[in-house]
Amino acid sequence: MDQFAGRKNIIVIMVLVVALALIVRLFYIQVIDNSYKLSAENNSKRIETIYAARGLIYDRNHKLLVYNQPAYDLMIAPFELKPFDSTALCGLLAIDMPRLRAGIARVKIPKYRREPFIEQLSPETYAKLQERLYKFPGFYVRSRTLRKYSKEIAPHLLGYVGEVDEKTIEKDPDYVMGDYIGISGIEGYYEKFLRGKKGQEVLLVDVHGRVKGPYQGGRFDEDAKVGMNFICTIDSKLQEYGETLMKNYKGSIVAIEPSTGEILALVSTPSYEPSLLVGRRRSAYYEKLESDSLEPLFNRALMANYPPGSTFKPVNALIALQENLINTGTTFSCNGGFYARGVSVGCHNHASPLKLLPGIQNSCNAYFCNVFRRIIEDPKFASATDAYNNWRNYVLSFGFGNRLNADFTNELKGFIPPSSYYDRYYGEHHWNSLTIISLAIGQGELLITPLQMANMAACIANRGYYYIPHAIKKIEGIDTIDRRFAIPHKVDIDTANFGLVAEGMYLAVNGGPGSTAGIARINNIAVCGKTGTAENPHGEAHSVFVAFAPKDDPEIAISVYVEHGKWGASYAAPIASLLIEKYLTDTIAPNRKWIEALMLSRNLLYAK
Amino acid sequence: MTRTINILEEIDWISVGLYLFLVFFGWMNIFASSYNEQFRSIFDLHQNYGDQLLWILISFIFIFLLFIIDHRFFFFFTYPIYGIAILFLILVLAFGMQIHGAKSWLNIAGFGLQPSEFVKIAVALAIARYLSGFNVKLMTWRSLLIVAAFILTPVLLITLQPDFGTALVFSCFILVLYREGLPGWIVGITMMTAIIFMMTLLLPEFAVLTILLLAAIVFIGIVNQKINHSLISALIVAGVFGMLKVISLFLPVKPGNFILLLLSTGISAVVLAIVILKKKIPNAFLIMTMLIVFVSFIFSVDYVFDKVLKPHQQTRVNILLGKETDTRGVGYNLNQSKIAIGAGGFVGKGYLKGTQTKLDYVPEQSTDFIFCTVGEEWGFLGTMVVVLVFCGLLIRLLFLAERQRSVFARLYGYGVISILFFHVGINIAMTIGLFPVIGIPLPFFSYGGSSMLAFSLLLFIFIRLDAVRKIYLK
Repeated sequence: MDQFAGRKNIIVIMVLVVALALIVRLFYIQVIDNSYKLSAENNSKRIETIYAARGLIYDRNHKLLVYNQPAYDLMIAPFELKPFDSTALCGLLAIDMPRLRAGIARVKIPKYRREPFIEQLSPETYAKLQERLYKFPGFYVRSRTLRKYSKEIAPHLLGYVGEVDEKTIEKDPDYVMGDYIGISGIEGYYEKFLRGKKGQEVLLVDVHGRVKGPYQGGRFDEDAKVGMNFICTIDSKLQEYGETLMKNYKGSIVAIEPSTGEILALVSTPSYEPSLLVGRRRSAYYEKLESDSLEPLFNRALMANYPPGSTFKPVNALIALQENLINTGTTFSCNGGFYARGVSVGCHNHASPLKLLPGIQNSCNAYFCNVFRRIIEDPKFASATDAYNNWRNYVLSFGFGNRLNADFTNELKGFIPPSSYYDRYYGEHHWNSLTIISLAIGQGELLITPLQMANMAACIANRGYYYIPHAIKKIEGIDTIDRRFAIPHKVDIDTANFGLVAEGMYLAVNGGPGSTAGIARINNIAVCGKTGTAENPHGEAHSVFVAFAPKDDPEIAISVYVEHGKWGASYAAPIASLLIEKYLTDTIAPNRKWIEALMLSRNLLYAK
Repeated sequence: MTRTINILEEIDWISVGLYLFLVFFGWMNIFASSYNEQFRSIFDLHQNYGDQLLWILISFIFIFLLFIIDHRFFFFFTYPIYGIAILFLILVLAFGMQIHGAKSWLNIAGFGLQPSEFVKIAVALAIARYLSGFNVKLMTWRSLLIVAAFILTPVLLITLQPDFGTALVFSCFILVLYREGLPGWIVGITMMTAIIFMMTLLLPEFAVLTILLLAAIVFIGIVNQKINHSLISALIVAGVFGMLKVISLFLPVKPGNFILLLLSTGISAVVLAIVILKKKIPNAFLIMTMLIVFVSFIFSVDYVFDKVLKPHQQTRVNILLGKETDTRGVGYNLNQSKIAIGAGGFVGKGYLKGTQTKLDYVPEQSTDFIFCTVGEEWGFLGTMVVVLVFCGLLIRLLFLAERQRSVFARLYGYGVISILFFHVGINIAMTIGLFPVIGIPLPFFSYGGSSMLAFSLLLFIFIRLDAVRKIYLK
């Protein structure tokens, strides 16, 4: 036998001591100590989630845009249901018996979760019901808040709130089935700040389901934390005016404050009423919007890839100036268009030959085809490909071809074709300036979003730099906004060259005869602008206009797209000028009232 | 060497009976904890109880298979079994499913398998096999290192999952080593260290310091086997405390009783130290050294915790110790568990009549907290019976282990006892607030296929070995 055999006794003692300790402790809490029994005997607990109200959203002038209204949902807890007076309940809720039966049947599948039976009771029903609720065990009311809008504006920018989907629940344990979550726009991007924090109340409930008070003096209660208030950069007056002007057109408006990158207005039409995308009506309205052929849910301002048309000409002028390929004295003649080696680009009727500034003023296609030819045929570069890549780098530095990284989740990139695109299409070294001459006038493969266009206008307004456009002005309780919105993005082109192009754009509006955008002229305000007629495969050309004003120390930069509006001067320019006038003077001068009336009277919603 | 024996006569039916009682009583409680009025069938595999019934049947089949294969299988295949077990632990780290933040589960043909449950068997076998080897003595560096490697390899892999609760289970093997000759003071110091570690993280270090000093003062008397030394020490502390209390009445700042106690303990320690040095009391030096070691340990624990551990690791330790609140708060869970058990009273509410253990009041109701259902529905009588049956099973197994003629079988028997002892003790202790909630199952009771099968195999391998004990000559 081994020498340690005696140790088995010590192990036996250890087992007995532990067993004894457990039994003594069990005897204490089960037989002697009554406090646990008291809390359990006739009472049970109910955990009520306290939903946090979302943060409020204000406009840049502290006008309240989005707030909350209380909503009461009648819930069924399937395991607490006991026989009750169903006629009385039907009477209280003003529903019929089959509806009640169907509601109960729906939750009677074995699961512990409480299910909503009737969502958003009217305040009167809620008041009547609350007093008698104890007669209906298993029914109780959950109170939450829903979004309410002081004005039916800016739905695309504000975004909406809906029930959280399963994918999000899996990823983020903060959410459970039935919770609300911001889905798009500001509500979606700034969800973390707006949502606040849910709380809970642990209640003592007697056998009849009546609340007896907080459980253990509220030891396990947690207060809900209201979401943070959000001040956005929108000028709600300007936004509303823009939406009014655009209501009969498909298209978009983006207005930016050049000195900060703050988005003053972001309109996408056709639009919808944000207050209908709330609560009970949400799903039906959403379905209707989704099947609408005019695509009201589509945020054109961020997601529509349009060709820029002639509004792109200032960019080509800037690049050629910077590369010393042209100067203000450079002259090109135009005989109703540009013709070279079998390539022709038509132009409208104007004086000829033209220097640079009149070229911009008249938006001469021939002038800019020649400019673009010089850029691509620049002898400094070994090949057209190299010259093209140089041109493309300039273009990208304006923020084209990539997401600007604004505070939206659904911003698109647009498209500035890389040289490899043409290599694939035509074969390496089988393309030259003439092959891609459409780029000279903003056509061809170029695709640019309205937000990027407005950003370009802001960049010219600043004479060479831009701030990333953003919708956040401030979150209450947080001192700074994301740093990326405070860093200027510099374009590698001299300020003086920007000055020249700005002058050209000034002439395009204020140059008298030959100016393409004379309709955008406003007394006492130096508006600089550029029209565009964006040819597209869907039908009639889009009417485009980019502008900024005043010429010195600009306060607003804007891009307007009116789909199938043909000439830039026919819709986009007048609408942009009205917005500029409204923003800078707060009114429309009597001599321009007719323009407002004209824009409101037309309708291109179904134009092709 | 061998004789023919009738296996059925040699099986220890007492252990088997206790096992069957625990399994069926456990299943009844799982049924009760998921019972609702709309239940369909006890074989409903979508419900915990149906699933568990299936696993009980699977366990029975495996037990039957154990008695068919040659009893020498376990001895000869110990190391391959250990190797496969470790391989599975590595596989689970690579391909495991993440549940509750730990990668503990392997999905094999639709069954969720928890390899760490089975590794316990492999370690018990490996230790038994190694130490039963010819001429192997435990108390040599070589043997200690090899045994430590057998235990610590799976501990490391399980900690990586991370599943600290299961990793802690492996500390139970110290009991096996103790039976084989590991000096008692090593076991004592290990337990002390574990307790001090927990205390240091749970209580402020001053509290721990006071407790340690008091313990040391009393210890001097006990070690010297002179009870009056302890009494004198205690009197000195009380006297100094009283004096400080009186003095504090005249001070502008009123220190709390706790600070006073700390001060008086400190002063008494200095006084005692002088007395000890003058009188040359034996063992005093040893106790002083231990005290200094423990005090520096206390502060280094906090240092390691604050500076070395990363925030997520701190959270894990905190959760382990029940300090960190989860979404509803660990305090809430424990409180719910105690209410459920306390609500049972002396005789319980009756089978299927429990309310606290239904719905979602107690979390992990049918797994780690199944003991609550026993407490609520069967009362103190029920919980006492369960504790006594487990206790009876353990003592019966101790008796069986001691009657083995092969060292391998005896050592394996002690492995089984250690694992069951640890699981039962800790699981029940944590449901009644005697131990931090570390989330390990109650053997044979808790819902879960892997633990049901693993515990059944663990126990019946030993019963199988016991049944053939007579073929070995004394």
